[in-house]
Amino acid sequence: MSVTTASDGIKDIHTPLTDADAASLKAGDRVRITGVIYTARDAAHGRLFPLIEKGEKLPIDVRGQIIYYTGPSPARPGEVVGSIGPTTASRMDTYTPALLKLGLKGTIAKGYRSQAVKDALKQHKAVYFGSIGGAGAVLSRFVKKLEVVAYEDLGTEAIRRLEVEGFPAIVLNDCHGGDLYQDGQKAYAREDP
Amino acid sequence: MRDIHTSAITDAVKKLCMDANWYLEPDMLQAFDRALQTERSAAGKQVLQILKDNAAMARERRIPYCQDTGMVVCFVELGQDVHITGGALYDAINEGVGQGYTEGYLRASVARSPFDRVNTGNNTPAVIHVDVVPGAELKIMIMTKGGGCENRSKYKMLTPADGIPGVKDWVIECVKMAGPDACPPLVLGVGIGGTFEKSAILSKKALFRPLGSPNPDPQLDVLEKELLDKANRLGIGPQGYGGDTTAFGIHILTYPCHITSLPVAVTIECHAHRHKEVTL
Repeated sequence: MSVTTASDGIKDIHTPLTDADAASLKAGDRVRITGVIYTARDAAHGRLFPLIEKGEKLPIDVRGQIIYYTGPSPARPGEVVGSIGPTTASRMDTYTPALLKLGLKGTIAKGYRSQAVKDALKQHKAVYFGSIGGAGAVLSRFVKKLEVVAYEDLGTEAIRRLEVEGFPAIVLNDCHGGDLYQDGQKAYAREDP
Repeated sequence: MRDIHTSAITDAVKKLCMDANWYLEPDMLQAFDRALQTERSAAGKQVLQILKDNAAMARERRIPYCQDTGMVVCFVELGQDVHITGGALYDAINEGVGQGYTEGYLRASVARSPFDRVNTGNNTPAVIHVDVVPGAELKIMIMTKGGGCENRSKYKMLTPADGIPGVKDWVIECVKMAGPDACPPLVLGVGIGGTFEKSAILSKKALFRPLGSPNPDPQLDVLEKELLDKANRLGIGPQGYGGDTTAFGIHILTYPCHITSLPVAVTIECHAHRHKEVTL
């Protein structure tokens, strides 16, 4: 198992993930991710998708992996990365089910997912994690190594291989239909006076 | 006539771009503190605290508060007794943006065409609005506008019969539609009146008023407070995890309009509300 619960109640995740690992995570779980994760956003997905449609090999093997939707800011000299928070997930919704079908086990971003993505999470046993949008400076501390592995010409939108240690996130959508946004917002909605 | 050289404009814009991205303005930091006092949700409180820490870390390391360092929206108030020397005003501003983003390790986030999507590499050009005003000063206001929240900005042409209730419903609908995608707690700029494009520009300009300051128009001030209360009853909360702090502020600007029209534009801004200004 790559998921263990620490004494502080937070679940420690070591990539890559199995179906059983994904199934053990529930919406609302706080997690710390350690290991390799990949970055990809709009432009990179735009290049991956035609490859998937044609059944061609992708520049990264997504099986068991997590993709973080982010385009980091440039690193200052001597630093690993600049600021690296999540971008809005919904723009990747078109592409996500196809990647989950190939064995991708998780995505990290912010914002609502489409019903098609939520259905694909159930079908292929995968998880949608949230990291805090706009907390890119804080999140940069958890990135220990960064390497561009594909589409370098895309600049910030290139695919990067990150080595992260204790990267903090929360489970937004699990593979059992759980949805943190729905539950959390319902609890605090108030009628007008 | 007072001469202002373009090099002074470039230098000023360069500094504004870097400072805006590294140093969140005091009005935003105070908004975090106020919300930490009132937020009931534990998850919401935690998000607010992390964002405060994020602001401190960005300042200390001089790295951007958010990796989306935005497209630069620049409002210029050009005194009519100012004579710009050394080149073109727009070129000077864009030169400042290019220098600021390159030398400040800020992300290049502008595509040269909406279709071919090739990155311009230095975050130029800016979106520039110039107003000519009396006097011999040049005021430059910039906002580094993030894409996630901008994508949730909306426009609706209401009818005069829709009136204030229609405006309220529309603004609240916009907050709901923005949801977690736009990184709440949000700041909303609402432009009401004028024409199609005028209301949109007003909705951006409204965001430059310091957060927490009253609208100078007492009637609009009441409306803003009512809308903010309504928005914060939706339960969306910080990051949409559920809570009381869905918006930090709602700022309204109005303009006269045609007898047939009631245009309402809503610019959605995230908690990374980076705005700076300088007067030359």
